[in-house]
Amino acid sequence: MSADHLDWLRREGRILIVGASLAGLRAAETLRAEGFTGELTLIGDEPYEPYDRPPLSKSVLLGMASPHHTELPHRWEVDAKWRLGIPASGLDLAAKRVRLADGDEVPYDRLLIATGVRARPWPKEDEARLSGVCVLRTRDDAADLYQRLKAGPRRVFVIGAGFAGSEIASACREMGLAVTVAERAGAPLVGALGGVVGAVAADLQTESGVDLRTHVTVTALEGDSVGRVRAVHLSDESVVEADVVVVSLGSQRNTDWLAGSGLGAGPNGIACDAGCRAFDFRGIVTDDVFVAGDVARSPHALFGYQFLSLEHWGNAVAQAETAAHNMICHGADRRPHLWMPAFWSSMFGVNIKSVGVPPMGDQLMITQGSPAERRFVGVYGYQGRVIAAVSFDSARWLEFYARQIERGAPFPVEFPTMDRRPEGRQPVAADFPDPSLPTHGPTVTLTGYSPADQQLVFHPALH
Amino acid sequence: MTQAPLFQQITDFANRADPYPLYEELRKNPVLHEEEGGPYVFSSYYDIEALLHDPRISSDAANLAAAGTDTLAQAEETGGLPPSFLRLDPPEHDRLRRIANSAFGPPHRPRRVENMRGDMAAIVTELIDGFGDARQIDLVDRFAYPFPVTVICRLLGVPREDEPRFRAWVDPLVASLDPETRQGADAEFTKAAQEARMQLGMYLSGLVEERAREPRDDLLSDLVNSRGPDGAMTMMEVLSTAVLLLIAGHETTVNLITNGMLTLLRHPAILQRLRQDPGLSVNIVEELLRYEPPVQIVPQRTCITDIEVRGVTIPKGSRLWLVLAAGNRDPERFKDPERFDPDRGDIQHLGFGSGIHSCFGAPLARLETQIALSELARRLENPRLVEDPPPYRQNAVLRGPRHLEIAFDALR
Ligand SMILES: Cc1cc2nc3c(=O)[nH]c(=O)nc-3n(C[C@H](O)[C@H](O)[C@H](O)COP(=O)(O)OP(=O)(O)OC[C@H]3O[C@@H](n4cnc5c(N)ncnc54)[C@H](O)[C@@H]3O)c2cc1C
Repeated sequence: MSADHLDWLRREGRILIVGASLAGLRAAETLRAEGFTGELTLIGDEPYEPYDRPPLSKSVLLGMASPHHTELPHRWEVDAKWRLGIPASGLDLAAKRVRLADGDEVPYDRLLIATGVRARPWPKEDEARLSGVCVLRTRDDAADLYQRLKAGPRRVFVIGAGFAGSEIASACREMGLAVTVAERAGAPLVGALGGVVGAVAADLQTESGVDLRTHVTVTALEGDSVGRVRAVHLSDESVVEADVVVVSLGSQRNTDWLAGSGLGAGPNGIACDAGCRAFDFRGIVTDDVFVAGDVARSPHALFGYQFLSLEHWGNAVAQAETAAHNMICHGADRRPHLWMPAFWSSMFGVNIKSVGVPPMGDQLMITQGSPAERRFVGVYGYQGRVIAAVSFDSARWLEFYARQIERGAPFPVEFPTMDRRPEGRQPVAADFPDPSLPTHGPTVTLTGYSPADQQLVFHPALH
Repeated sequence: MTQAPLFQQITDFANRADPYPLYEELRKNPVLHEEEGGPYVFSSYYDIEALLHDPRISSDAANLAAAGTDTLAQAEETGGLPPSFLRLDPPEHDRLRRIANSAFGPPHRPRRVENMRGDMAAIVTELIDGFGDARQIDLVDRFAYPFPVTVICRLLGVPREDEPRFRAWVDPLVASLDPETRQGADAEFTKAAQEARMQLGMYLSGLVEERAREPRDDLLSDLVNSRGPDGAMTMMEVLSTAVLLLIAGHETTVNLITNGMLTLLRHPAILQRLRQDPGLSVNIVEELLRYEPPVQIVPQRTCITDIEVRGVTIPKGSRLWLVLAAGNRDPERFKDPERFDPDRGDIQHLGFGSGIHSCFGAPLARLETQIALSELARRLENPRLVEDPPPYRQNAVLRGPRHLEIAFDALR
């Protein structure tokens, strides 16, 4: 791009951001901080200013924070046109316009897509409509679930023991509510952390009084005569009575609105290069469409250039900053988004954190502490190198392991560490489920070689 | 003429007032090992940060003693009280720090520090009112020392009037943290430091026994009566924790407040801004912790295996010095690092260390210093330094002025 054109863009170009949440806001701030003075528009389908989601499944459910007060603090004046409460419904790449659900069209010189993901709903629509059947993704969801929990249901039923489901179960126990968790796999968090660490999470749950059912699926939700949910039917033929059912089956990328646009967008997200530039459906990088946050999938050099989708708060921030930077600078000044994946969660009084991409690991070593004491660091290995680490109540060590991952340090971990226990001297199988089986949705998705990709229909270019 | 090794120049008192040129020298050789048996000295921000999170680096006094390079460590090891959690590794460190924290911070006592805001403001007001008609004072003796001492006494539940007694024991203990003093530590000094620790321990044990019988709303009561998932501390553990909190709970804050006022008086425009906007104290304190941190060096670490930093192999058992204050002004990390700039957006300093030993009392020290500096700025009319640089304490590790004479026109 010519320097003149770039100058013009920075001065008076039009930048449009679709998705007005964490990634959208941070991108807007970065654009202004880096000197963009043109016209900035943010489009969001939720009627709210950007707010923070992690508290929704934690302090909000406990009544320690109001669902209406988790607004994200602004780090920089964004001076933007906000169009909230209205979804984008289509994209015309050639004309550089985004269509809105109300028929309006917004032209842009540069577009950032940050539409995130939504909760995967209960697949049977009539059952999903029963009163008391909830999901948890938005502020409204959280307000609704909080009210239901506060009302003191006799039992809460959580479908899916991923991070969100487990956090919800934890909040229920903290409120003294009876809660059952059903999980298709053998333990909670297996999709994200594997079976060995999952077993620790399972102990945490059962010790806290959760009625944890593994290796089962929910077959049906049963309602009463006035349309309230009253029982859950399981594949082992048991029936559990419950007044609140939280469907926590992972997420779906918000890419439907891009259908037919020609962008490389689908159920796995929107493919982009390491500079956050979106690919079109032919695998050619676009120049003016950028992607950030949960909806993006981008290749990462540290992880074999596989396409990673990360449902991680920190990723949304870092990717948004990189995308914004790259949107308004010369090619030579562009930065790659090579963020070290990092995720945190807290449940049952334990702080859980991971770095790297645990589901890529096939082996695990406990290098510090002890799973039995619920304080440990586990290191994941893949093809002879350190690929990820997880900590339970030991987060302060993770920086060290992040560096080990960056360096491709050898696995197994041979050197001594403080508080290394005998059981941590040998690697064991990390025990991830077969990736072709559906799980509750890990927060990291590797889509480079995932079998799911083979559903693509191949259309050779037409000439 | 042979120049003394750099690391000895740092401990040399002659360089106390401005060690920063030496730190700059240090950073040219970020992994410095100048003497057989001497420490490996680290001065780059990123190296220090990494070492503070490295599970192969030990803080255990026993490991340091085993390395045989530190006589005092051996004495401390065999002395009366067990080592505090500051000088222990996991899992013991974690257990003790966790119990201590449950008496101090979230989740069990989330507001204990914040709830002292009113008390702190009252103490500050009283101290400043106490300047009376004086138009020149030693800020250390009249303010920067008594304020945090009063606060930590109140928090722990130690009677304030006993301060002169424990001060006599605290001083030799703090002196024993200074590398130069350690180097030259003779049998007598070692014995005196050990004595002081024992005496202080005995004094505190009286209080602790009282609290065991009759708990009050203070930290000592919580420590001795803790019954969390980690169980209880033994009596000896309570005592060494209390000694640690008492000493660390004020020695560093005295220096932070004094360094703070010194720095502000050297930057009158910022002092003026603080006077108008007390909220600026939050940023000022963070930037101070970067620019003039009270803990300059962490000299008590060893590696439990060979480690490699920047291609240099550091053999197992070596002693490491992490020069936090040098890392804090590392141009590789901070833009314009030699400038005191509270408007910096990005102040991730090493002032409180990092990793599992990161300063336990940070929330307390922050709040105390914010209140102290904003009140001094508000109430002193036309304050100025009488002597620059002021006379410093001997200690190179816990660095700060021994006196800070300031003059002003009136009290507001
Ligand atoms: C309950 C919960 C707990 C979490 N806890 C953690 C945690 O502990 N740690 C962690 O690292 N991460 C956590 N996360 C994940 C973290 O919140 C996400 O990674 C982050 O929100 C991603 O930001 P984003 O901006 O990419 O997407 P989102 O926050 O999903 O924002 C996308 C926005 O775009 C809007 N949108 C979608 N389609 C359209 C359209 N067509 N037109 C206009 N707007 C549209 C959406 O409604 C939404 O407001 C949690 C998430 C949830 C829901």
